[in-house]
Amino acid sequence: MTAAATTAPLEKGAGPLVALRRNRAVGKLLLLAVAAAILVPLAHSHWASGTWPHALTVDLTEPLGRTTDWVIDNRDSHPLFLYFLGHVSNAIVVSIRAVYLVLLAAGWAGVTAAAGLVAWRVAGPRLGATAVVAFLACGALGMWIPTMQTLALMVVAVLASVILGVLLGLGAGLNDRLFRGLRPVLDTMQVLPAYAYLLPVVLVFGMGVPAAVLATVVYAAPPMARLTALGLRSADGGVMEAVASLGATARQRLFTARLPLARKQILLGLNQTIMMALSMAVIASVIGAAGLGDRVYQALASVDVGAALAAGIPIVLLAVVLDRVTGAAGARIGSHETPSGRGKRDVLAVVVGTAVVALAGRFADRLDWPDSWVVTIATPVNDAVDWMTDHLYTGVPYIGGTADWAAHFTTWILDPVRDGLTWLPWWSVLLIVAALAWLIGTWRTALTAVLAMAAIGVLGVWKPSLDTLSQVLAAVAVTLVLGFAIAVAAARSARVEKTLRPVLDVFQTMPQFVYLIPVVALFGVGRAPAVAAAVVYALPAVVRITTQGLRGVDPAAMEASRSLGATPGQQLRQVQLPLARPALLLAVNQGVVLVLAVVIIGGLVGGGALGYDVVFGLAQGDLATGLVAGAAIVCLGLMLDRVTQPTQRRARNGTEA
Amino acid sequence: MRTRKLLTAVAGAGLLTVVTGCGAADMTEQASPFANAQGARTVTLSVQSWVGAQANVAVAQYLLEHELGYRVDTVQVDEVPAWDALSQGRVDAIMEDWGHPEQEQRYVKDKKTIVNGGDLGVTGHIGWFVPTYFAKQHPDVTDYKNLDKYADRMKTAESGGKGQLLDGSPSYVTNDKALVDNLKLDYQVVFSGSEAAQITQIKQFAKQKKPFLTYWYQPQWLFKKVPMTEVKLPAYKEGCDADPKKVACAYPKTPLQKYLNADFAEGGGKAAALLKNFRWTTEDQNEVSLLIADRKLTPEQAAKKWVDAHRSTWEAWLPR
Repeated sequence: MTAAATTAPLEKGAGPLVALRRNRAVGKLLLLAVAAAILVPLAHSHWASGTWPHALTVDLTEPLGRTTDWVIDNRDSHPLFLYFLGHVSNAIVVSIRAVYLVLLAAGWAGVTAAAGLVAWRVAGPRLGATAVVAFLACGALGMWIPTMQTLALMVVAVLASVILGVLLGLGAGLNDRLFRGLRPVLDTMQVLPAYAYLLPVVLVFGMGVPAAVLATVVYAAPPMARLTALGLRSADGGVMEAVASLGATARQRLFTARLPLARKQILLGLNQTIMMALSMAVIASVIGAAGLGDRVYQALASVDVGAALAAGIPIVLLAVVLDRVTGAAGARIGSHETPSGRGKRDVLAVVVGTAVVALAGRFADRLDWPDSWVVTIATPVNDAVDWMTDHLYTGVPYIGGTADWAAHFTTWILDPVRDGLTWLPWWSVLLIVAALAWLIGTWRTALTAVLAMAAIGVLGVWKPSLDTLSQVLAAVAVTLVLGFAIAVAAARSARVEKTLRPVLDVFQTMPQFVYLIPVVALFGVGRAPAVAAAVVYALPAVVRITTQGLRGVDPAAMEASRSLGATPGQQLRQVQLPLARPALLLAVNQGVVLVLAVVIIGGLVGGGALGYDVVFGLAQGDLATGLVAGAAIVCLGLMLDRVTQPTQRRARNGTEA
Repeated sequence: MRTRKLLTAVAGAGLLTVVTGCGAADMTEQASPFANAQGARTVTLSVQSWVGAQANVAVAQYLLEHELGYRVDTVQVDEVPAWDALSQGRVDAIMEDWGHPEQEQRYVKDKKTIVNGGDLGVTGHIGWFVPTYFAKQHPDVTDYKNLDKYADRMKTAESGGKGQLLDGSPSYVTNDKALVDNLKLDYQVVFSGSEAAQITQIKQFAKQKKPFLTYWYQPQWLFKKVPMTEVKLPAYKEGCDADPKKVACAYPKTPLQKYLNADFAEGGGKAAALLKNFRWTTEDQNEVSLLIADRKLTPEQAAKKWVDAHRSTWEAWLPR
């Protein structure tokens, strides 16, 4: 609904093209209306009820309960576990352990030196220095060991994701049928909120590191696969022909031409995989992933924001360093070819440098981070949070306190939206979904969206799903209003954009668990803090995409409008915004997907609905509740993605493919 | 051509190792990859999300590390999954269990992968509580029969026109939804989703001296900061909570138990002996909890403080 509201005004002023689109839209709606006129009375006469009819649900409680029992009873005897899953699990444990032992043996000095040297050789002296400072900060915060645990976990998870992703990507890049089959699968995997698939992994592998790594791989492999396939497919036709005419075999063509040409995309894939793996490493602490995420999670239990922040900052630092270094590597490949021999020299420099520093640390008996070098930030942070909640919670003159706003937000916005959605007859919800998805996409996206929504009904969680949906819609609305406002400011002024960048970085990579307590302290328990957390998390992406879109508007068009005497306001409304429409739609889409991901975590602060059910399922080992709620979230995500998926993105993907 | 031969050889060798070499991989024998690093003997303890459980673990960890020379890993796991992790050997001990008959039957009696590690010495009790400042003004609120009179004052934006009964983490044992239905109370159960959220909310209410009704439990450090009075529910009788749908009685008093992984209990040496001997009082636990949760000491600092002051208590736990 929000999507339609924001796109409608943008369509004005683009002339006859829009008129044509309008007509097509009217046609679609008419067709839908005819279908509805036939189907709705039928459905209504059979199952006349407001909510999803009971006759159309399937109860999975019993089979899922039986599955749980079967797995637990057979885990130590059935061949499937003994000869396959057990080995998978062992392999993960052994490889993480190996990496962890290497990191410990290198000591803090060795690891820091290695990080600095690698960053320097790949991305220049400035990033090298940044990396060193970042690692020293992790130690200074007293988080050295957890940081190494997270790093070991990340190395293995990213490696596995890259191998899986490249294999899938190679297949899809070389084979058309596989590409067509894989694309919707990868599309879907990227829409799913990570929290939803923790439960099945836990059931099979039990709590702990192997389950966490596998969940991370499932989450992080798709971008690698997608970008590898994209890179292989977009190889320059001329070059390929030239290589073929030189008589190269298929394999030679792949290794000498196609893969090198796709290097840039593959590196971009690596970058995204690393970022997703890192964010998942935190969420996976819920199922016992150890490391930094676990520290954040444990701090949450004792309501200690300061301690949570002390563990959250290293995660942010790791993310920033890894992002910049892989990003710089990608940029370097684009700009100039590395002369042969340089690569070898770099590797040698890194290895020798690291070894020297590590040995020096060992002889100085400074292998472990010295306790006396730890700075505790917990107390001042907690004092700050206390002050904030003491003074802002309620009774601020004129504007009221945050608790009052939250109560108003709940009663004036969340409640009416939820009541409205649950009041709508179920078939009309399906119709609205179909209409929105069809107007903005193709009949295929509309069909997917409707089927996803129907699946929610069949699973028997219609009501909680609509509750979650109401929270998502409210959060997206707030995110878009704030995001567009900030983005307009950032697009106007380079200085605003520059100051904004680190802030956005932090909010995007800070584990959501860190700000759960402050939002409760400010907004009280309920759906309002869940919405607030979601807004904080989704805002950076929306601001980024929108700013980029506004900046990317053709300067000639801007210049022309200025010379015609348009005021800045007119310029924005009549030139910039309409021209940046694809970016705005993408921002809406991303906003929806990200908000949904956090609304689940909102289950931890009283958000209720599906999020609570997933958390409940995880906490009680109740597969039936957790898995059904997880599946419903997946369907909701799918539906929302398709309803807001801009046609442009689809078309662009198509031409690139 | 050469690469292909090489590939075949490698694949063949790999297959051979899988078939003959490793054989069966036991899913029940899997420690954490971070355990026993650098030759240290490691014990892995599971920490549940409430602070009392953190206090047990903190003191056990401190003694294991400083008195017996172990290295201790802690993992935060919810109660039911912790049982599963314990049976698989991913954690060695649960220091505080509030009673999970189903899991006990499955793992202790049937599969024998977990053994009881004895009483913790602390008795747990769940109940409904109102703040003492409110109970003093309105003494009759402490009987469930009079709760409806005050429903209006316990309203929040989340409770939909009824009074709010604040409930905690999804991992906790609770019959509150059934209780509200069966006692026909004009209340709505609002799940705060985590203990952290619940404590934060209670503190905010207390700061404003607002009335509230909450699910809460003893022993708990928060009572020292926000004094609360229990609301009387129909008395608990053996078996009155057998059918989760028909429950209409109070919660029982539970002597909290420790559980150890069976292999660890047998071969865990001094560490296992210490954990079996670990037994302290509600006051002890609250002392440490308060240091962690309110004074914001790290669990290690809090444990050190307690250990320094109660030498005679813990010296009896040390294995001889």
